[in-house]
Amino acid sequence: MTKADLVIIGGGPAGLAAALSAWEAGVRDILILERDHQAGGILNQCIHNGFGLHYFKEELTGPEYAGRFIEMLRDTAVRVRTDTMVLDLTGERVLHTVSPEYGYEAIQAGAIVLAMGCRERTRGAISIPGARCSGIFTAGAAQRFLNIEGYMVGRRVVILGSGDIGLIMARRMTLEGAKVLACVELLPYSGGLNRNIVQCLNDFDIPLYLSHTVTDIRGKDRVERIVVSKVDENRRPIPGTEMTFDCDTLLLSVGLLPENELSRQAGVEIDPHTSGPVVWENCETSIPGVFACGNVLHVHDLVDYVTAESMRAGKAAADFLQSGEKTGEAVELKPGPGVGYTVPQRFRRDLADKLQVFFRVRQIYHDAFIAVYDGERRIARFKREHMAPGEMENIAIPAMFLKNITGGPLTVRIEEE
Amino acid sequence: MKELICITCPKGCHLKVDEETFAVTGNSCPRGAVYGANELRNPVRVITSTVRLESETFRRLPVKTDRAVPKAKMFEVMDEIARVRAHAPVKVGDILIANVAGTDGNVVATRTVEK
Repeated sequence: MTKADLVIIGGGPAGLAAALSAWEAGVRDILILERDHQAGGILNQCIHNGFGLHYFKEELTGPEYAGRFIEMLRDTAVRVRTDTMVLDLTGERVLHTVSPEYGYEAIQAGAIVLAMGCRERTRGAISIPGARCSGIFTAGAAQRFLNIEGYMVGRRVVILGSGDIGLIMARRMTLEGAKVLACVELLPYSGGLNRNIVQCLNDFDIPLYLSHTVTDIRGKDRVERIVVSKVDENRRPIPGTEMTFDCDTLLLSVGLLPENELSRQAGVEIDPHTSGPVVWENCETSIPGVFACGNVLHVHDLVDYVTAESMRAGKAAADFLQSGEKTGEAVELKPGPGVGYTVPQRFRRDLADKLQVFFRVRQIYHDAFIAVYDGERRIARFKREHMAPGEMENIAIPAMFLKNITGGPLTVRIEEE
Repeated sequence: MKELICITCPKGCHLKVDEETFAVTGNSCPRGAVYGANELRNPVRVITSTVRLESETFRRLPVKTDRAVPKAKMFEVMDEIARVRAHAPVKVGDILIANVAGTDGNVVATRTVEK
């Protein structure tokens, strides 16, 4: 069996940053396994700009952001093996891989970073009724066709879901000469970033229908018509509110799911709220020496945050290789009212540093507080002018506030007033 | 007062811009103040797209304008981009179209393709 100190599964932004950070921390035998034939992950097809403002302090496109990391890794001995699929991962940190170059290979890793990213929810996941004709794509698949392969997927387009990829594709298809007739969102608010509503929809007068959904797809071989209905407060279509759009394409931007088949095979504990691994404050999963970062852990809206998180995971993996397993009394962290999930889900009580917590709120809030409770006692509170489910929130709880806690669980909740 | 959402970064600050003095409030960084005032006077955008690429590895080369260009010229810029063909090797920052659509901005490559 081949051996490697650190194996990173996935060569997207998370894997690249984890590798760089572990290298900087002194790990010298690092192997990145990437199933595509190039590193960079989803950034390669995200040709729009807006990446890197936090990390590089300048505005970059996706390929530029990935390129910077690939360039930085070129000066190290980190190995990037592309066209390589990880078939299985065991709890003993053995990876079963297959690639055209090496065939089948088993690799024993000293530590592992899970950085497999996420995938899109499809038509099947949300059960849209209607004809099973061609012309229905996830927004990300359409983005790959257009930006990497060079094919337009349609001319008259309806987009279901107002997630960022859908909004970005509304602009992209419009600039390439397609007519985007509508962006349709089930919820009463958009799941995308505000700036994308402005520069992708408003700039091109593309209407956004909130509290609406697709209730029928018509067409024989290709999509011909899409029926859209208004929904009530229980998200049920209201009869008599149907609108029909003559179009040839439906793009779906209806959510992302962390891709954790390998994590599950290895026996990593999964959080039902995030669909990603349950992790400690250092991104370590329930299996010692196995770390997780980026969209496989929880879906991020900014790659800069993926980079920051992955840097911490890479450093933690280096710590594990150099100083062994961490011990310490565990304190659980739970989402309270108004909060969908927290990452991490647990932390070691004797933290040297502040505790950074990432989460999403369940609805839009103005002038509200993020409060941290130890039982019924509030230990910290943070004011926010604006919070929305589409924007990941984070707080940093100073270590001194955690000194006298009872042992948990701590809850993070939203307080208005 | 005109209410805007800042698009300079993904934070999306809610700005208020005075229509006469162009004074901006609600921004959390100086870039927001510049954006708010410009958005009322002369809105500009960075355009990103792809061009046809002669290469062994890839079919398309991602490109962008190296500065924000007037919003009203977006489709003119796209027309010029559609007529370009790039050849590998090409490096990040290589200029493919100088002074695109008379905007003073250049269309540059956003990835390096060696062959």
